Amino acid sequence: MRDMSSDLPLRFEEVTLRFGPTTVLDRVSLAIRPGAPTLVVGPNGSGKTTLLRLCMGLATPTEGRISWGGRHALSPGKIAMLFQRPVMLRRSVAENVLYGLARSDLPRKARIARMKQALERVGLPDLANRPARRLSGGEQQRVALARALAREPELLLLDEPTANLDPAATRAVEDIVRIAAQSGIKIVMASHDLGQVRRLAGDVMFLVRGALREHAAAADFFDRPSTTEAASFVRGDLVI
Amino acid sequence: MPDSASAWQLIISGDATLYAIVRLSLAVSLSAVVIAVIVGLPLGAILALTRFRGRTALIVLLNGFMGLPPVVVGLTVFLLLSRSGPLGMFGLLFTPAAMVIAQSLLVVPIIAALTRQTVEDLWHEYRDELLALNVSPAGRVATLLWDSRFSLVTALLAGFGRAAAEVGTVMIVGGNINGFTRTMTTTIALETSKGDLPLAMGLGLILIAIILMINAAAWGVRTWSEQKAG
Ligand SMILES: Nc1ncnc2c1ncn2[C@@H]1O[C@H](COP(=O)(O)OP(=O)(O)OP(=O)(O)O)[C@@H](O)[C@H]1O
Ligand SMILES: [Mg+2]
Repeated sequence: MRDMSSDLPLRFEEVTLRFGPTTVLDRVSLAIRPGAPTLVVGPNGSGKTTLLRLCMGLATPTEGRISWGGRHALSPGKIAMLFQRPVMLRRSVAENVLYGLARSDLPRKARIARMKQALERVGLPDLANRPARRLSGGEQQRVALARALAREPELLLLDEPTANLDPAATRAVEDIVRIAAQSGIKIVMASHDLGQVRRLAGDVMFLVRGALREHAAAADFFDRPSTTEAASFVRGDLVI
Repeated sequence: MPDSASAWQLIISGDATLYAIVRLSLAVSLSAVVIAVIVGLPLGAILALTRFRGRTALIVLLNGFMGLPPVVVGLTVFLLLSRSGPLGMFGLLFTPAAMVIAQSLLVVPIIAALTRQTVEDLWHEYRDELLALNVSPAGRVATLLWDSRFSLVTALLAGFGRAAAEVGTVMIVGGNINGFTRTMTTTIALETSKGDLPLAMGLGLILIAIILMINAAAWGVRTWSEQKAG
């Protein structure tokens, strides 16, 4: 039985994360609610990946608290994450996708159908029987996306899902994200591509050196950034 | 070389003494590997996936034990199993069972250490994904062992190679009793010193063939797995 509790809204209360002396996230408070995709932007090393890992429960805050739908533990099976560097199991593409479904209560036939459907969505139906580790970086990223999508999560965390993709595949992934968002899946996605952020974002979180400098509706972020750093980031200038 | 000619004759004619010795050797070493797998695989996996005080020391010890001198293991097992030893009441000394015990002690460190290394490397790679997929601890172990199965087969073959080729432990705890605990290696040692070269050389040839086959198998498994699993 799937429990009906939701992991949204996902809240950070004054979350700080340190690795030894370095502060990677600095007193971040935020709320992620159902709705259009939330895009996480910021320079390299600003803490985007770290923020997503905290959302996934893969790291624990040094200080502060995270809550999922009001609870301090996430409910299993409701969140999926696509990592910046995709992890391919030493198995075929099909088995990699099926592995993501192994803990669902679906019968085997339904799992196979979902696997095929997910591979079609990412445009890789012909690679099902290939060893996953032998695929190109971009193909692996799409397999990982298929594995995440097949689980039909409530919340999907995407860490730069198009960073290694060619223009056609990038457009395909953006379409997938749009359709998933329309079907009610909440997307939180890190991206360096401002054009992509404009195309997809409902709201934008802007990180600089571990601090959340802005969290605003996309239109406001681009047209009326409230910090000088965000203004120069939007213009495409260097933010240090 | 009249000796090598008669060695071939022994092999080809299916000499009963020779093949009884080969059979016993294989049975002892295979049993030792099976026991070592039953102990070594879980031990290696636990060491790879848990953190506790003294873990590093245990890993260093285990890696060191991979090169344990067989005679020392033989001596230790001899003292344990001898009539006045702590396990003397089972009367196992100078039986094939004693040889199996001694050889599995030689092979356990090899299998445990190689399992630990393989599983730990793979865990570093898989960790985030398996945690994100909410895989239970038992499921993680199963996945990691399954995905490193080709490396583990190589470890297993290495363990078997060590067991089949060693002479020190089986000589000491088996006693080299004719028709009962005489293995390929102990027979070669004995017959060579007695000057009966055909039997020693026949067994030597078979032993070399077995070791070559094991290495060929390990090689084949590796190549095949690289093609298949990447
Ligand atoms: N395990 C760790 N130990 C020490 N420092 C870490 C660790 N993980 C991340 N960091 C540091 O935290 C900072 C933020 O890293 P993070 O990966 O979140 O950045 P990012 O915004 O995703 O960058 P990019 O755009 O390059 O993907 C970096 O300076 C990084 O070196
Ligand atoms: Mg990152």
